[in-house]
Amino acid sequence: MLAESTRPVPVREAAPRLGFLRSWDTAIIIAVLLSIAVAAATVAGFASPRNAGFLLIDLIPILLLALPMTLIILTGEIDLSVASIAGFVSCVFGALWNAGLSLEVIVPLCLVLGAISGAVNGLLVSVLGLPSLAVTIGTLALYRGLAFVVLGDQAVTSFPRAITSGLQAKIGATGIPVWIIPVIILAIIFGIILHFTGFGRSLFAIGYSEEAARFAGIRVAQTKFWLFLVSGAVAALVGIWWTLRYGSARGDNATGLELSVIAAVLLGGVSIFGGKGNLPGVIAGVALLAILRNALQLASVPEDTLSMLTGGLLILAVVAPNAITWARTLSRHPRIT
Amino acid sequence: MDDTYDVDLQSSPKTAAPGVPVLELRDIHKSFGAVKALQGANLSLHKGQVTALVGENGAGKSTMVKTLAGLHQQDRGQVFLDGEEVSFRDPLHSREAGIAVIYQEPTMFPDLTVAENIFMGRQPVRSLRRIDRKAMHQQALELFRQLGVKIDPDRAAQGLSIADQQVVEIAKAISLNARVLIMDEPTAALSGVEVDRLFAVTRTLQERGAAVLFISHRFEEVFALADWITVMRDGAHVATSPAAELAVDEVIRQMVGRDVASLFPKQETVIGDVALEVRGLSRKGVFSDISFNVKAGEIVGLSGLVGAGRSEVARAIFGIDKYDSGEILVRNQNLKPLSPRDSMAAGLGFVPEDRRKQGLVMELNVSRNLTLTLRKKLSRFGLLTNQAEAQSTKEWARKLQIKAGAPTSPISTLSGGNQQKVVLGKWLATGPRILIIDEPTRGIDVGTKSEVHRLISELAGTGLAVLMISSELPEILGMSDRVLVMHEGMITAELSRSEATEETVMTAATGAESSGKETPA
Repeated sequence: MLAESTRPVPVREAAPRLGFLRSWDTAIIIAVLLSIAVAAATVAGFASPRNAGFLLIDLIPILLLALPMTLIILTGEIDLSVASIAGFVSCVFGALWNAGLSLEVIVPLCLVLGAISGAVNGLLVSVLGLPSLAVTIGTLALYRGLAFVVLGDQAVTSFPRAITSGLQAKIGATGIPVWIIPVIILAIIFGIILHFTGFGRSLFAIGYSEEAARFAGIRVAQTKFWLFLVSGAVAALVGIWWTLRYGSARGDNATGLELSVIAAVLLGGVSIFGGKGNLPGVIAGVALLAILRNALQLASVPEDTLSMLTGGLLILAVVAPNAITWARTLSRHPRIT
Repeated sequence: MDDTYDVDLQSSPKTAAPGVPVLELRDIHKSFGAVKALQGANLSLHKGQVTALVGENGAGKSTMVKTLAGLHQQDRGQVFLDGEEVSFRDPLHSREAGIAVIYQEPTMFPDLTVAENIFMGRQPVRSLRRIDRKAMHQQALELFRQLGVKIDPDRAAQGLSIADQQVVEIAKAISLNARVLIMDEPTAALSGVEVDRLFAVTRTLQERGAAVLFISHRFEEVFALADWITVMRDGAHVATSPAAELAVDEVIRQMVGRDVASLFPKQETVIGDVALEVRGLSRKGVFSDISFNVKAGEIVGLSGLVGAGRSEVARAIFGIDKYDSGEILVRNQNLKPLSPRDSMAAGLGFVPEDRRKQGLVMELNVSRNLTLTLRKKLSRFGLLTNQAEAQSTKEWARKLQIKAGAPTSPISTLSGGNQQKVVLGKWLATGPRILIIDEPTRGIDVGTKSEVHRLISELAGTGLAVLMISSELPEILGMSDRVLVMHEGMITAELSRSEATEETVMTAATGAESSGKETPA
């Protein structure tokens, strides 16, 4: 109790919203476990260390992009250009490699390029106050176009095998890829920033009420600018990863990846309207999506169908919270007809 | 003139009550939740006469207009149209009864022409139901001719001045055969010439036999236009008198005349050095040449009517809005960079006007709200924990006697008064030297109200400089060491505690040119 409460506040009132959040997180985790169980029982080859390795490696780019995307969606914005930035950076990576530069030079350059690409989004959103949906759908096309300007329809594939297969290295015989470790560390860092710093607190406040956040001295525009910049830098990281993982720098690398990322974030319980969500939930969302895709791929379901699945899950993630709230109000106030 | 031979019962032909009113409201009551907006409001509108409705902020004028427009339904009371009882279920119903409302800022279809706006939904048609543009043009021209104004019916509504938009609305009202015209503060956004034209148009309508209800905060306009003046206070009818028999002083007395009990204890404090000084602050069209200071330990009340620019000045000082010219000095340091964050760093706190939108994030819990301004302060090695927040929340909840279930209770479960205390706590915890409080007790129950007042008074006692904006006169008078009054973006009076009375403040707030006006030193 805060102070002697002469007018006790009914504790029940607090329950629905928090309870709902908890139940969504629980539901996602149950869905992850259930899909693992079902896939292991019905899909041949799913429950093997080899497949687990594939699954985790495939999950890396989505998880990486989901980290900054979570923060951006929490503030009520969105970044649709991440996959295009990854593609653009991939092409620049290839071009610089062809020009004979070393990895030690190329990687930092590419990260800076990604940060600049993100900063362009950030400037348009925060300084000019444009809606991020419009801005990043524009840069989605713009950066993808630039990717093809850099390499045309060619591909750079002359990367040494030592590097490309090195990315697939496993920890002993466990099948767990080595490179998942730094990604997990990055996820933990993002989790700490979001849930255990003042900066993280300000993101939730901005997402719920930009005006109240401004009145509390939070620099809303600056905050958003930095989020987009970081999102661009992480997208560059994914561009580099993609290039080396598949040993190929091409204009169409990572095309459409933003859809999977956003679907995973929303499945993880982040509200598309901002303010509500948490990072552990998002990681569960990424896992669910990756498991479903992997199992269905193993079961030889065609790629078109997988794309439908991603889209369907995205819609479900947006509709379900609203539908549940609606159902709750209906059950509480039954309609008399 | 043969006035002397006129043995008609009407003593004064223009202002005597002539028979059955076109529209009459009797003993109207209307509540919104616990708030009683109207409690015994009366109003009569007569053919060919202008009635002015005046009252303080929150006296219930707007609720009256909305009731007449059919937007609100009264809880109790009767409405008579030509002596027959009616009730307006919705705006359409009210319009069909011949009531037209002209709002301060009309809403028009910007891409349609003026004529199309006038005849929206009832355009004159030719064969095959094609719109007869020629007839529409002619009819619009004829309406404007009757009103004696020149507006091109074929131009787009976009870009019309507010004054022209109002005239278009009036033309529309005439074309609808409105018999009752309600003008809700139509002159608030008009220039002098535009006001004159609006008055000319209104007199034309009056001669055509329309009953006009005119709402304005400007006494010169009220007396220039109205035949009758109806005064409201606290949602109830005070008096209706012929304008010719009233003086400004009398109207002001009727508007404010209520007991000022010593509900608002301002304790004596030692007043120190100047903490906040504002010099010649101006923002085009919003406020101009605002100069004042607030000293440590002093409560300066900023009074004025809604729309006088008080909150805008506060927002500019805190760095929420930009200003065009002027200086803000905090303890003799120029507060140049403009952002709430810089103001905070300089020792300013701001409890904003709209608690639910600006003061609090309603979706977050008590603790997250209270510590939103303390993100840096509570962090250790850059990390901020729920425990640190809860601890700070408990400390301030104890100091301010906030009644809440737990630090994690949603802020929406708290009463208005306790929510306001959280906003106060959120700023007090930053250790400010200057606190700007906009409407400290809006929407708060009486008990908590005096608690908030005691708190503010105690804070001033510890040397905090307080700038308090309030629309409630008793609050201003009871709490302030000094009172500033704003009218239309300017400070029209600076009154010491002994000089400040309901009359002097209200006179300055309405811009009335009468005794009691003080010019700022």
